[in-house]
Amino acid sequence: MLQDRDRIFTNLYGFDDWGLEGARRRGDWDQTAWFLEQGRAWICQQVKESGLRGRGGAGFPTGLKWSFMPPDDKRDGRPHYLVVNADESEPGTCKDRDIMRHDPHKLVEGCLIAGFAMGANTAYIYVRGEFYREAERLQAAVDQAYGAGLIGKNASGSGWDFDIHVHRGAGAYICGEETALLESLEGKKGQPRLKPPFPANAGLYGCPTTVNNVESIAVVPTILRRGAAWFAGIGRDARNTGTKLFCISGHVNTPCNVEEAMGIPFRELIEKHAGGVRGGWDNLLAVIPGGSSVPCLPADICQDLPMDFDTLAGFKSGLGTAAVIVMDKSTDIVNAICRLSKFYMHESCGQCTPCREGTGWMWRVMTRLVRGEADIGEIDMLEEVTYQVEGHTICALGDAAAWPIQGLIRHFRPELERRILERKVAA
Amino acid sequence: MATITVDGTEHEVDGRLTLFQALQSIGKEVPHFCFHERLSIAGNCRMCLVEVEKAPKPVASCAQPILDGMVVFTDSEKTIKARRGVMEFLLINHPLDCPICDQGGECDLQDQAMAYGHDRTRFEENKRAVHDKEMGPLVKTIMTRCIHCTRCIRFAEEVAGVEEIGALHRGEHMEIATYLERSLTSELSGNVIDLCPVGALTSKPYAFTARSWELRKTESVDVMDAVGSNIRVDSRGAEVMRVLPRLNDDINEEWISDKTRFACDGLKRQRLDRPYVRRDGELQPASWPEAFAAIAGRIAETGGAGMAAIAGDQADCEAMIALKDLFAACGSENIDCRQDGAKVDPSVRASYLFNSGIAGIDEADALLLIGANPRVEAAVLNARIRRRWRAGGFRIGQIGEPADLTYRTDRLGAGAETLAALARGDHGGDQGGGHGFAKVLEHAERPMLIVGPGVLAREDGAQMLGLARAAAERFGMVRDGWNGFNVLHTAASRVGGLDLGFAPGPGGRDTAAILDGAAAGEIGLVWLLGADEIDMDRLGGAFVVYQGHHGDAGAGRADVILPGAAYTEKSATYVNVEGRPQRTALAIFPPGDAREDWTIVRAFSEVAGHTLPYDSLAQVRARLADANPVFEAVDEIVPAEWRPFGDDASDAAPVSAPFRSPIENFYMTDPIGRCSETMAQCTQMRRSLDAGARTGTDG
Repeated sequence: MLQDRDRIFTNLYGFDDWGLEGARRRGDWDQTAWFLEQGRAWICQQVKESGLRGRGGAGFPTGLKWSFMPPDDKRDGRPHYLVVNADESEPGTCKDRDIMRHDPHKLVEGCLIAGFAMGANTAYIYVRGEFYREAERLQAAVDQAYGAGLIGKNASGSGWDFDIHVHRGAGAYICGEETALLESLEGKKGQPRLKPPFPANAGLYGCPTTVNNVESIAVVPTILRRGAAWFAGIGRDARNTGTKLFCISGHVNTPCNVEEAMGIPFRELIEKHAGGVRGGWDNLLAVIPGGSSVPCLPADICQDLPMDFDTLAGFKSGLGTAAVIVMDKSTDIVNAICRLSKFYMHESCGQCTPCREGTGWMWRVMTRLVRGEADIGEIDMLEEVTYQVEGHTICALGDAAAWPIQGLIRHFRPELERRILERKVAA
Repeated sequence: MATITVDGTEHEVDGRLTLFQALQSIGKEVPHFCFHERLSIAGNCRMCLVEVEKAPKPVASCAQPILDGMVVFTDSEKTIKARRGVMEFLLINHPLDCPICDQGGECDLQDQAMAYGHDRTRFEENKRAVHDKEMGPLVKTIMTRCIHCTRCIRFAEEVAGVEEIGALHRGEHMEIATYLERSLTSELSGNVIDLCPVGALTSKPYAFTARSWELRKTESVDVMDAVGSNIRVDSRGAEVMRVLPRLNDDINEEWISDKTRFACDGLKRQRLDRPYVRRDGELQPASWPEAFAAIAGRIAETGGAGMAAIAGDQADCEAMIALKDLFAACGSENIDCRQDGAKVDPSVRASYLFNSGIAGIDEADALLLIGANPRVEAAVLNARIRRRWRAGGFRIGQIGEPADLTYRTDRLGAGAETLAALARGDHGGDQGGGHGFAKVLEHAERPMLIVGPGVLAREDGAQMLGLARAAAERFGMVRDGWNGFNVLHTAASRVGGLDLGFAPGPGGRDTAAILDGAAAGEIGLVWLLGADEIDMDRLGGAFVVYQGHHGDAGAGRADVILPGAAYTEKSATYVNVEGRPQRTALAIFPPGDAREDWTIVRAFSEVAGHTLPYDSLAQVRARLADANPVFEAVDEIVPAEWRPFGDDASDAAPVSAPFRSPIENFYMTDPIGRCSETMAQCTQMRRSLDAGARTGTDG
């Protein structure tokens, strides 16, 4: 279990002052100028050594991502941009929200450091439309930082000019996809772009851009202050390091957000922080370990399951955003996954064929499977359809729509068959 | 160059291509819907997925840059599965109503489903139905068939330059629609019909009239404007069913204007299908010999000096050379092919050509529009200007009335004064960016100008032409290997007529003088070769012979009507605005007793006692080549020599009116358009849109 002294988000629950004064008391904005003095390469190197992987779901190494931005000697005159993805819309996920409303200065300071590390003088924070109060709070923190000279001209006395713009989205899940977010930020319809070119070459307004999750950016100042080795020392192995915000929801006694060490076993996580499964451990049916888009896992493999990127990927699931959705035996698992299918159908942007047509098809078959109105053979057909969607789309929404169904079929096929057979018998 | 391995074989390909283009260049067929080489890459249909070694997922080849050493599989199991999957998704919500679909037989979805799809469906749910959208009198929509490739959206935005088509909603509810279901206003809107890979956007006038396999396809050339767009005329029996574009990268690429495409229903109305002679004040049917005898009798009275001929905008070169030879034989020099009175210099070819060539627009880096409105005068050419403008580094100055040309221009002034100042090099207009547009032209390496037809037809046209030449010379528009002096015509016959010398000879009268002479009684016979745009009231008491194909203004005034052939009904030569001779082909026969125009003149010459020395088309064309060698080089441009022209010595005060386009209504500029029901609907649509922009919520 993570020691209190190793926590990064010390005001995650909002018990302390969210403002600049409170943030300074908690150690934020300390030595910021000195970090910038060490130069772009040093910061990138520190982040690389810390082993920080993107907290938005895909788990791409953050330091490596930053190093894709053109270095100082290869700049072609275009501005660089840092874009922070605060469009937190994945069902089950609510970590960025608490960062923004209770510890916004971590994010603001992180923007300055990360922006400097990629040669950007401007950062845009794209906040989910529904997060109205959070956007207000974040804007207030940005204003405080401007007022104190921490950002703006000669930010924190470092000689680097840095502006932060808070932009509210309009509530589309797809705008959390990085290139759709850029489109939306440019004022267009939020539809993902083709890659290549990647944003590091041609992103916002065609300029080099890096898009990072709120949590990825917010942990950076603390990593620098406490050293990459400290961060890398937490976690199960060298590829899954640091602390992570887990959002535990569903059939637990005390749902919560909690910062824990990467790789904490699942049972320990929910029993220590969430009061255990409702009705006891044996009442556990299944877990969606990383937000609605990753495949669910059945209870029998969850006991000692280390919650980190690579272990969960090994079980054909994923850590995703670490939004742990716990389902006990009262759950109609087929209906639960069916509801997710409806969500992805609703949120598909409609741009590319497999996702536009496939998400609706999958949901319709799922609604029949809930009632058992299908043939046994349709289970295989549905699985094949999910593989026809997965990997064939422009962005990952197609994959996200396919995975929950794949997880269901992989682990709960008997349940699906039971419903079909029972209905046949009744008829 | 880059080396890629495709299905086990190494190929050298151009490294700047996309993977899709590279595969096509080495003869690998890749199915696709959304990709179109003249539109931006959307990558949304996912039909062109191919397996690439080391890539975790199949890649959309249309958007994939070539990487050296790439290993690609176009027929691997993974590729085939990916295609099948995408095809299945495209078809699940497609109505499969091919038997009642106008696209049937020429449908990309149909063809590719045959080649790459499953043979049966697994989709048990209800199909999606989508409400059809109103897009005006030209484009019919059956939106349930739409596969959301977005070609039409990209065309409207990128090529046509009107942001009128877009996608509403998202996911499976995404629908293609026009803004508030308003009609499309682009002059190029019909091209979305060709672009649509399925039957969602089809031709409204052509709906349910024919199947593609019943049609006889004739490659021809358009005469609705002077661009000379290459077209294919699809006919069934004695009827032209539709007109489609034909690929020609130097002229129209693969676009045609709505007038070119849709005016063809005018070919069936108001046709002159037999000779008429006016007796007792009324036109009465007559036989060919009667008609000829009436004309010959009149010619005997007037003599050479008292007769004149005016060629209209759609007259072909064969007919014009025959008529010119006939008049020469009769002793008349009073012939003119400029019915609008354009003051170009027939003796200097460079003074009336689009010298840079249409493709030259792509190479230019600055443009000065002098009273030209290419959007209505040459819609396809305007699309090329827009494309060049979109590519950047192309400032466009405009002198004349303000107009929405689909690209941004620096408006320098309204008329002659601005042009004169610019020709002196001392003024660039108020909005020329502080240092004036003259600076832009000075710094350009390949500047060009376009003189519009409205400027040339002014009384001071010759003076304006001289000023334009002075401007061209001042700003170095004519230099080695580059001639940026361009004249834009609207008449398909104009350049050909001037090339073959259908212009007043020594002491002869031009159009204005002919009309004056007719009004004064000095001209006793006027032969109108399809000329309908002159003021018929000014013909006075002259005996009028109208040779043409439609009962338009000229036929109404005529004393004798000789029924001719329209452009789809004859094999004839037209020279386009760049000076490129092109030939139409006979798609259907002229109706009734109507005949190809040169044969009418040839037949009459015998009656008149001046038998012309040619009996076959080949002989007429030999005569054309004899008159001007440019006619030998069919489909080629022979560059014109740069010599002084225009009136630059005149002290006369120029006309103070602003430069303006002669085209009031894009859809009706010629007899065929004026007889077309489709063009009438377009005219009405445009007028109602102009009259008051309705918002859609006003009742």
